[in-house]
Amino acid sequence: MSDSPGFAGAEGQAGRNLPPLRLHVPEPPARPGESADFTHFDIPPAGAQPRPDEASQPSDMRDMAYGLVRVLDEDGQAVGPWNPKLPPETLLRMLRTMALTRAFDARMFRAQRQGKTSFYMKSTGEEAVSIGAALALSRDDMCFPSYRQQGILIARDWPIVDMMNQIYSNKGDRLKGRQLPIMYSAREAGFFSISGNLTTQYPQAVGWAMASAAKGDTRIAATWCGEGSTAEGDFHSACTFASVYRAPVIMNVVNNQWAISSFSGFAGAEATTFAARAVGYGIAGLRVDGNDILAVYAATRWAADRARANAGPTLIEHFTYRVEGHSTSDDPSAYRSAEESSKWPLGDPIARLKQHCIGLGIWDEERHATMDQELAEMVRDAARAAEKNGILGHGLHHPMESMFEEVFEEMPWHLREQQQQMLDEWKAAGL
Amino acid sequence: MNMIQAINSAMDVMMERDPSVVVMGEDVGYFGGVFRATAGLQQKYGKNRVFDTPITECGIIGVAVGMGAYGLRPVPEIQFADYIYPALDQLVSEAARLRYRSAGEFIAPMTVRSPFGGGIFGGQTHSQSPEGIFTHVSGVKTVIPSTPYDAKGLLIAAIEDNDPTIFFEPKRIYNGPFDGHYDTPAKSWAGHEAAQVPTGYYRIPLGKARIARAGEALTILCYGTMVHVVENTVAALGIDAEIVDLRSLVPLDIDTIEASVKKTGRCLIVHEATRTSGFGAELLSLVQERCFYYLEAPIERCTGFDTPYPHSLEWAYFPGPVRIREAINKILKD
Repeated sequence: MSDSPGFAGAEGQAGRNLPPLRLHVPEPPARPGESADFTHFDIPPAGAQPRPDEASQPSDMRDMAYGLVRVLDEDGQAVGPWNPKLPPETLLRMLRTMALTRAFDARMFRAQRQGKTSFYMKSTGEEAVSIGAALALSRDDMCFPSYRQQGILIARDWPIVDMMNQIYSNKGDRLKGRQLPIMYSAREAGFFSISGNLTTQYPQAVGWAMASAAKGDTRIAATWCGEGSTAEGDFHSACTFASVYRAPVIMNVVNNQWAISSFSGFAGAEATTFAARAVGYGIAGLRVDGNDILAVYAATRWAADRARANAGPTLIEHFTYRVEGHSTSDDPSAYRSAEESSKWPLGDPIARLKQHCIGLGIWDEERHATMDQELAEMVRDAARAAEKNGILGHGLHHPMESMFEEVFEEMPWHLREQQQQMLDEWKAAGL
Repeated sequence: MNMIQAINSAMDVMMERDPSVVVMGEDVGYFGGVFRATAGLQQKYGKNRVFDTPITECGIIGVAVGMGAYGLRPVPEIQFADYIYPALDQLVSEAARLRYRSAGEFIAPMTVRSPFGGGIFGGQTHSQSPEGIFTHVSGVKTVIPSTPYDAKGLLIAAIEDNDPTIFFEPKRIYNGPFDGHYDTPAKSWAGHEAAQVPTGYYRIPLGKARIARAGEALTILCYGTMVHVVENTVAALGIDAEIVDLRSLVPLDIDTIEASVKKTGRCLIVHEATRTSGFGAELLSLVQERCFYYLEAPIERCTGFDTPYPHSLEWAYFPGPVRIREAINKILKD
């Protein structure tokens, strides 16, 4: 191929007497069959991180983007300057909401395996990220989630039957069966319509926040994406806009170590932290123990106060671990060590808060077991109620002609024609 | 008014009437736009409503989607249609689908303005006509004016519309109509009937074509700059053609098209955009489906060639008077 322009080949370089270049392709520390090892993670003790003033200049708090804000220590004690000192009822609400989210996930995962729906995605191990943030925000702050923040809806007391109706695409589905399961939309709950296209919600959240600021409103926006999705161009454009206009927005990166089968190294984690992306944009960056709901809550409150004081946006990296497969279509044993979730050094968010509450004397194992039982029954009852509206493929869905509605505000002639054509074809076929 | 002034006036009128209208884009604020379309608006309405943006098309449209979700009515500008591609994901996957996927909970009532089309020695990246990309996307409207009067009335209608609209402005005719004779001095809009533009509010409904010239010999479907090139070519040839200026491609005024072709029995489609899978193919299919028994000759397309837009060979590429004349002769011969 020596006559091929622009590619001389290795032989073409011979004689230059230089070492050959090497392409670095990242490789996770452990593959299937290998033992998991997280010793390369630098996990500082709880309480070690300082808590800068909410109005701090991003340039004065760079270390926060490389550290790890942690409140709950190994014994379940809340320590250090980030301790939000929440009242017992809030702690127990957090615990219950996380447990409900996990029970919901378990039930819906099983529903998919039973063929009642086509698809599901769990958030196991990441419940603190969405619920801690949701409880730190005002209910009228607008959330622009990705697909793994179902905890926000549950924290905002959105009916789980309604969520299940969407998952079953049944006649009770508020999205009329148009959307893949879990792509919820709940404007009343400040929960923006989920898109399958990754990170598109990032600049949208910034735009919502800019609009709020331009109108002299007091509401702020928050958005979430995974660490894998930070590689999308929309992440960059959102950070640029957020920085330029000092938009009142909180940008959350849920670093759960895995983007389907790709470990976080493929998003750049070998070289830096995701919170550190903020430094280059001149945005406040915080890196938080994502399995410590008190740390998530405290960081979100800090960022919300900062945004409301017109001090600008915050990027928060939530350091966590995706315990389950990416989705019901994924088998993680094909690409990662089975030991990982048990060796994950930051533990389980529910277990850690439970330990804390027991330590405070406001909770015990018996009450916890009773709660889990209650929640499982509640979710089961909700699932039965939702199934009465139909499950996927069993005929109880919105009318077929509704497929053509809401493409536009008013149906144009070509859609009316196609709608009629569909009805005529079905009629002609005797159906 | 010329077309730029008419477009500026439309935004001025709408910003005055509706405090939710905001204008944003690269160089649109203090400077007033590289084509002057937003001149004076920031001074009049303030930086909260008219502002410059970073150079990121996906960011501009993504932010506009978020502003629309909040309740604003954004009018983002993409400096050249050739640079709209970085924003395609936000336009196709987000703006176009938002109402549908949220069952009407959230909408994207935005109007994306963008200069488009060739005839200005713009080369590959200042001349493209990507309308066919957008007409293929369900959930967006595509509008292209050909005169100052229409530009203002259609832009006001687009801004008021609750669906996302791509508003392509033929930059070749910003300052004056273009007859296709590139070697003669440029004309201005002065004295042209359609340059009489009211200063106040008026609207031209989307989805309604305009008969630019009534005739019996054949129907010519066109839009944007090509309306003027076709008008002048037809006048020079002395042919009694009916020229339909589509004005809006989606929604399309199928009734006007159908009535005209059934009357004339012959149809020529003219656009600058490349031919294969261009909007002309859709027009051709619709005419064929609906007017088959009325057709006396095959439907012809006179379009840009299936090449990137060339710089020095622009006038061989452009569907100008020579190419249009040959196409008309071919149709009338049968």
